[in-house]
This record gives sequence, C-alpha cells and structure tokens, in this order.
Amino acid sequence: MMRDRFISTASALLDEDPRVAVVLADISAASFDDAAAAHPDRVINVGIREQLLVSVTGGLALTGMRPIAHTFGSFLVERPFEQVKLDLGHQGVGAVLVSALGSYDWPAGGRTHMSPGDVALLDTLPGWTVHVPGHPDEAEALLRDAAAGDGLVYVRLSAQSNAVARQVVPGRFLTVRQGAPGGDGPVVVAVGPVLDDVLEATEGLDVTVLYATTVRPFDAVALRAALAGRGSADVVVVEPYLAGTSVPFVTEALDDRAHRVLGLGVSREELRHYGTMAEHIAAHGLDARALRRRITDWAPESLR
Amino acid sequence: MTLTTENPARDLNELNELNEPRELRDLHHLMSRMTGAEKHGPAASSTLDALWVLYDRVLRVAPETATDQGRDRFLLSKGHGPMAYYAVLAAKGFLDPAVLDTFGQYDSPLGHHPDRTLVPGVEIGSGSLGHGLPLGVGTALGLRAQGLLDPAVWVLIGDAELDEGSNHEAISYAGAAGLDRLHTVVIDNQSATHGWYGGIASHFATAGWSTATVDGRDHDALHAAFTAPHPGRPHAVVAVVEPKN
Repeated sequence: MMRDRFISTASALLDEDPRVAVVLADISAASFDDAAAAHPDRVINVGIREQLLVSVTGGLALTGMRPIAHTFGSFLVERPFEQVKLDLGHQGVGAVLVSALGSYDWPAGGRTHMSPGDVALLDTLPGWTVHVPGHPDEAEALLRDAAAGDGLVYVRLSAQSNAVARQVVPGRFLTVRQGAPGGDGPVVVAVGPVLDDVLEATEGLDVTVLYATTVRPFDAVALRAALAGRGSADVVVVEPYLAGTSVPFVTEALDDRAHRVLGLGVSREELRHYGTMAEHIAAHGLDARALRRRITDWAPESLR
Repeated sequence: MTLTTENPARDLNELNELNEPRELRDLHHLMSRMTGAEKHGPAASSTLDALWVLYDRVLRVAPETATDQGRDRFLLSKGHGPMAYYAVLAAKGFLDPAVLDTFGQYDSPLGHHPDRTLVPGVEIGSGSLGHGLPLGVGTALGLRAQGLLDPAVWVLIGDAELDEGSNHEAISYAGAAGLDRLHTVVIDNQSATHGWYGGIASHFATAGWSTATVDGRDHDALHAAFTAPHPGRPHAVVAVVEPKN
C-alpha cells in the first residue's frame, strides 16, 4: 500500500534529514508514534484542525524547515484551500503535501472522503509540482525527491496500484508502449494508478502509451516527441481524478498545431453509491473494458 | 486616556497636540505620507501604540538582523490599515521613508495589505483574516524544532478578526502544546459584530494561555503586559482602544 510506504519513508526521512518535519491532523497519527518518540519536535499532530495543519506547515517552512503535511485529500486540499493558497504559495515558501484516499479509494465512506477535484484546484495556483505515483516504490522515490527539494509539491497517494513499479524519473513521462511508426492511433497518457487498465484496454491497438507520474509540470516535450512518430495528432489523457483536468495542458503543449484531445477521468456528477473501489472505477468508465470502448469510439476508423 | 469618552476621536486629536511623545508625532507624520492627513482617527491608528512599544522596547529585531535565525518574529495578521505598521518600520529603519509616498501604487512594495516578499522586515503577507496566528504557531514550532528556544514570536490580530474560526484552531492547539514563545496582541476596538461573550481574554485563558488586558494607548502598561513572565504557556495581551464606531 502506498500509504504504508509513505509512513515508512517519511519516518526514515525524519531520521535522515533534520530539516524534515511531519505535520498531521490525527489521520495516520498512530502510525507515526515511533517516529514521534524519536523526534518529538518534528512530528506534529495538531488534532482535527485542518486549517491549522496547512498554516503550521507554512510557519515551519518560514523558519527554514521542510514540512511534509498529510491527511485525506478532502481535508488537505479542499477544506483548507485558502491556507494552501496563502500560507504556502503567497508566503513564498515550499512544502510537501501528501494525500490519501484520492477520488474513489473508500467508496463506502461516500462523497465526504472523495477528492476528485484536488489536482484541478491546485491548477489554479502557480508553482505546484504534482506527483501521482502508481506503485508504492514510485511513491517512495517521488516522496524522497520532493523532500530533498524546496518547492511546492503535492503527492497524491492511492489504494489503486499497478502490478509492477516502473523506473520513473520525477518530472518526466515514460514511454511504456510504442505505436507503429506513422500509425493513426492516439498517444494515450496514463496517469499513475490507471496505467494497468490503460495497457489492458489498448492491448493489440496501434497506440503509444506514455506513463505520467508527475503531471505538473506537464511533460510537453515527451508528448510532442511521442506525437512526432504518429500519423495523427490525437491525444487521450486518462486520469484518476476529475475528467479533463490535464486537457488544458495538452492544448498548451500543442498550441502550434491542430490536434484532438479526449480527457477521461472521474465524472463531475456525484454517484451517490457506496460499494467497492472497483465498482466506482467501472462507474466512471475507467475500467479496461470501458476505456477500450471509449478510446476506440473516439479514435480514427483504422483503430477499430 | 479614558475609554468611556463620548468622542474618542476628538480626544485623540487633543492628545496628539498636547501630550503626545515626539516619536508618536513623528509616526503620525510618516503615516500622513500614506494617508494625506496629519491627524488620524482611532481606526487608522488603533495599532500604532502597540506596534511602537513592541518595536521600540520589546522585539529583538533590527534592519541588520531582519534575516537572522535568532531574531524575534512579528507577524501582522490584521493586514487591513497597515499605515501604522509601515510608519513604524520606516521609523526603525527597515524602510526608506520615501517609499511611503508610493503607498498602494502599481510598482510600490507597500500595498493596502503587506506582502512579505516585497517589504524588508515583514514576516508574513496578510490581508485575509485569520492566517497570522496559525502561521505564528508553525513558526514557534519550527524554531523549537531547530533548538532555537530564545526567539519570541509575536502576532498582532484584531478583535473582529477573532471571528475567523482558524484562530480558534490555533488558540486551542497552542495552549495545549504550551508554546511559551508564542505571543498574541489583540487590538480590541470593539469592532466584532457579535462581541466576545465573557471578554476576549477569557477565550485565551480557557485554552491555557497567560493573559493580560490593558489600555492600548498606555505605553508603560503595554510594556508591562508584553514583558510579563508566562512560563510554559503562550501569552495574549488584549490592548483596548477606542471603539471603531
């Protein structure tokens, strides 16, 4: 589980780097008991106070610390959004925010514990790096990279995971499937934990699949390079959060050429259903079977 | 001065003319470069005396130490009406007084709310209410985590600003955590729409803070309250000034 790996990695970072502090609002706090015993001044649990969670993170950064704040996405980005805007970015300081539960990880918990809009909200602010790992090993690598820097970094953890980890490079898309030279099929950008479903969905189709574990900044260079080998300028983005969130970034990357783009992701409408993560992924049309149908319906005739 | 006069603004003007120390006259002159008026009503200058006593007699920070890790931090949370703050910073050498003339202009570092990235000595950008005290909690925690147990953190807020719930997250946590390097000055000009039942200080005291309530125009009383010992607890000083309305 990515969340377990976050706890072990953040605990190790506390041992390794005296700049690092972990800021919590009760969520996951018990899992940091050992780290708190070893570093009582650098593991800070403010209780169920999420505005304070983010403001304390900003205050720590103002003194030169490298704070890592963590709770569920709903309470880390959505509830205290003005604190994210003003107490981090506007103060000119950096921080690492690490969320759990994502868009559909605990469907039985309902709408209150789903944050499909987190990345879209951060897109209204300047300077954020957004990592969406698809495997616990990738989460560790991206978290370590984030902690070593000074900037504003959001790490979006999920219970959804790909079967194997890729050798990801922070900030870069990875080519995981190469379409035939000059083929008409689209370039499909798969973000984090949706990769396995995208690979299954596009099995046997002439498409290029790029794997994105850093979505901000958006790797326009990799997208353009992938399209250079294609016979069309069609791009599909599959994201485990609000559908279309990255579409403006595709448009910006390709603003000098005619292109088509299909944004797939979590629907804006509330499902008002409980159940399992798999049921919710299917309900949003993000399982392999639905993805294959939606991509081939949209793609040129030759792909069908 | 008394707090029960029928016309406190008139009394303040008389005070300016008759009894005001030279430093305060100078500060009003500096403020006039931003406001265009030599005399300032209670609203514009509600923070002036507390700010002056802090910067003149309490805070261990100067232009040459404004980036030292061991400095005291002053966080102006009540970012509205920052003319008194800018005037004090200019009087203490953080700012060139000539910059005051540009107040609010496009290229000016001095906005109607301060921006820490533009003004030397300004610790936080503020304007939206309820951010300074929570940031101050994080600052106090960050200093403690680095073994810097001496620097004090001061946050100035307003009585109406206390309406913002984020302050109460900070007040309750800071009391429970015993953040004794954290200090809050509440400028009480009785402008909170629904008031504060039981008095402002009681809301800090029940959260475990040390508190004092004083005449916000009395420099010696302010100084005594600012420097009162408060071992193991954060400290709140309620500085009562003339009502805003």
